[in-house]
Amino acid sequence: MLWKRLLPVLMLALLLTVVACADSGGETVEVTRLVEVTRIVETGAGEGEAAPAPVQVGAGEILQRVLDRGRVVCGARTDLAGFGYLDEAGNTIGFDVDLCRAVATALFNDPEAVEIVNLTAADRGPSLQTGEVDMLSRNVTWTSSRDAQWGNFTLITFYDGQGFLVPADTDIFEIEDLDGATVCVTTGTTTQLNLSDAFRQRGLEYTDVSFEDTATVYSTYEGGGCDAATSDKSQLAAIQSGLENPDAHRILDITISKEPLTSAVPHGDDQWFDVVKTVIYVLINAEELGVTSGNVDEMMTSENVEVRRLLGQEGEFGQADLGLDADFAANVIRAVGNYGEIYDRYMGPDGHAFTLNRGLNNLWTEGGLIYAPPLR
Amino acid sequence: MTQLRRSLSRYSESGIPLWRDIRVIQAVGQIVSAIIVLGFLYFLIRNMLDAAAARGLGLGYDFLSNSAGFGLDDTPIEYDPSMSFGRALLIGLLNTLRVALLGIVLATALGIVVGLSRLSTNWLVRNLANVYVETIRNVPLLVQLFFWFFAVFQQLPSVANSITVGPFAALNQRGIYLVALRRGEGFAGWIITVAVAIALSFVLYILLHRYRLRTGRRTYPFIVAMLVLLGLPLAGWFLAGGSPLVPDFPTVGRFNYTGGTTVTTNFAALLVGLVLYTAAFIAEVVRAGVQAVSKGQREAARSLGLSGLQAMRLIVFPQALRVIIPPLISQYLNLTKNSSLAVAIGYPDLFAVGKTIIDQAGRAVPVFVLVMVTYLIISLTYSILLNIYNRRISFVER
Repeated sequence: MLWKRLLPVLMLALLLTVVACADSGGETVEVTRLVEVTRIVETGAGEGEAAPAPVQVGAGEILQRVLDRGRVVCGARTDLAGFGYLDEAGNTIGFDVDLCRAVATALFNDPEAVEIVNLTAADRGPSLQTGEVDMLSRNVTWTSSRDAQWGNFTLITFYDGQGFLVPADTDIFEIEDLDGATVCVTTGTTTQLNLSDAFRQRGLEYTDVSFEDTATVYSTYEGGGCDAATSDKSQLAAIQSGLENPDAHRILDITISKEPLTSAVPHGDDQWFDVVKTVIYVLINAEELGVTSGNVDEMMTSENVEVRRLLGQEGEFGQADLGLDADFAANVIRAVGNYGEIYDRYMGPDGHAFTLNRGLNNLWTEGGLIYAPPLR
Repeated sequence: MTQLRRSLSRYSESGIPLWRDIRVIQAVGQIVSAIIVLGFLYFLIRNMLDAAAARGLGLGYDFLSNSAGFGLDDTPIEYDPSMSFGRALLIGLLNTLRVALLGIVLATALGIVVGLSRLSTNWLVRNLANVYVETIRNVPLLVQLFFWFFAVFQQLPSVANSITVGPFAALNQRGIYLVALRRGEGFAGWIITVAVAIALSFVLYILLHRYRLRTGRRTYPFIVAMLVLLGLPLAGWFLAGGSPLVPDFPTVGRFNYTGGTTVTTNFAALLVGLVLYTAAFIAEVVRAGVQAVSKGQREAARSLGLSGLQAMRLIVFPQALRVIIPPLISQYLNLTKNSSLAVAIGYPDLFAVGKTIIDQAGRAVPVFVLVMVTYLIISLTYSILLNIYNRRISFVER
């Protein structure tokens, strides 16, 4: 009979616990928000206080976190040849991954001071929003809404565009030649929307065969289930290299969308944002100035003042303000090479993954769009 | 203190203090547990709303009227990407209903045949049915769908090398293309004769059948009804003048067949997979139902001179139905819900379209709620209809 007498008391205790949990649960959300607000105020106040001081600028929250941890947590992918994939030894390599390694080298003079987090397309936005990764370098198209929602986008490092993969022996050259065709596409991507826009604008008919799984899209295409497959050209090139007979397929010259790929950092730490951007400026300027991983040590004694400034031999271009070593650029170039070297490593004529004409991704001096602010 | 206790115990008739009165304890227990459940639900919902608000996720349904912007390849009603998300979702629902209803009819027919075959006295038939049921039931449906789509339908010839039956039908890895009939000149007049023929043949069949039962004379109700059913529209065809129905042949274009009616291989693979899988379960339900009817019923029927088939059809099966219907409802619900695996083989059903909308419009919570509610409504409708039927055929106890 004891339990019967105790039952109401137990029930009440349980209820109180639940209510307490519910309350504390609700309050946790509130507290989190408060902290966020406080942080922004603090950062502002910190900068305001630091402004009178001559050189000393305290590192921002994310930068400080990265420095304390001793490595950069980098959101990437491990399944896209050329951009982020695994080599024979199981290391994550690729164009996107090398950008992370460049940032790690700038901070720690060690390209291995990175932690690669494999992210799916759906996870990449939230992981940046929540600050789970310090830097997102995962084949992300920069769009205005993502810029507003996800974080800060740095500098376009790869100008991609949506194209079509078709069997080589067909007489398809223009988008008009695809009137009435069946096109395979990954469901839920901007690619699917661009495809429908492109055909509608021109008054053309097509059949949309869409799968959620990218591998299914291309296995269906390869099996003849559709007349063309569409995606970003870089992805098509990567896929083509993996098809059973790559020469039996070709990528059309037409491009139906703008897909500027870039790395991004979470909102809220301008200094960290600047560090990542500056590292990318260095990579591009190094190619422009002809500084490569092979000749970086000889270039130390170059007479070109811009090269000397890049390598930290003369003057400075903001290293101290960002809290970086004077010769960080030399370290970066020595470890991962300049922009062109990174590109060629994976996608150049002897690229590890495939060969893709640089096209828009040439330096501006070569007729492309790759252009970075001057280092001074 | 004693006074307080006495004043409280006034409410308890038997003089037991309130906190020891079993009825009071039970009532308090009910109230407390109700508060706990409600409080927990409140906590969950508030947590979800707070989290949604904090992340800036919209919870409204306004976006359903926005332009969808993506294409769909299997559209029973007119659709193009400039139409709304709501329209796309409606197409998903129609596609789900199409594959589910067709699948239920076919799976039931196949399931009954296989179920009865498992009880057959013929060694070959019985064991073939055994092998079918045991194989299909023990392989996951998703694996089977991939098998049907990639290993069977994708291996059909390409469009250029389609298997054709004259101009009437074509079969390739993208679909089955059949000749369709479109309305032509004089269609309105002709369709009236068809309607009259159907009604007249139906009435004639019933009248003649009754007459035969009453008098025992041969009246050939089936033959007469068929003659009326076929003869009248034929006469109407010539009376209407022109050609009321025009055949629409599938013709091969630059890439695909156009015209006629199309059944995509995605749909075909899903239908075949669902029917074979569910039929294996229905077969077991049917077998159990038939075996539940006592052997004496069948023996009595045979001793009255009914053939084996008649005994099954008229005596055993109607009684077996009472056992069969309730688990059959579950199988129908399973088939409908399993059709959401269509997303894996590119058939735009409710769930696949819903997922696409989530990706394109970024409204995970509202779309999932909508999809869940829709499946719930479909399932409950099945249950209600079949329960009504079950009540009608169930054993009337006296």
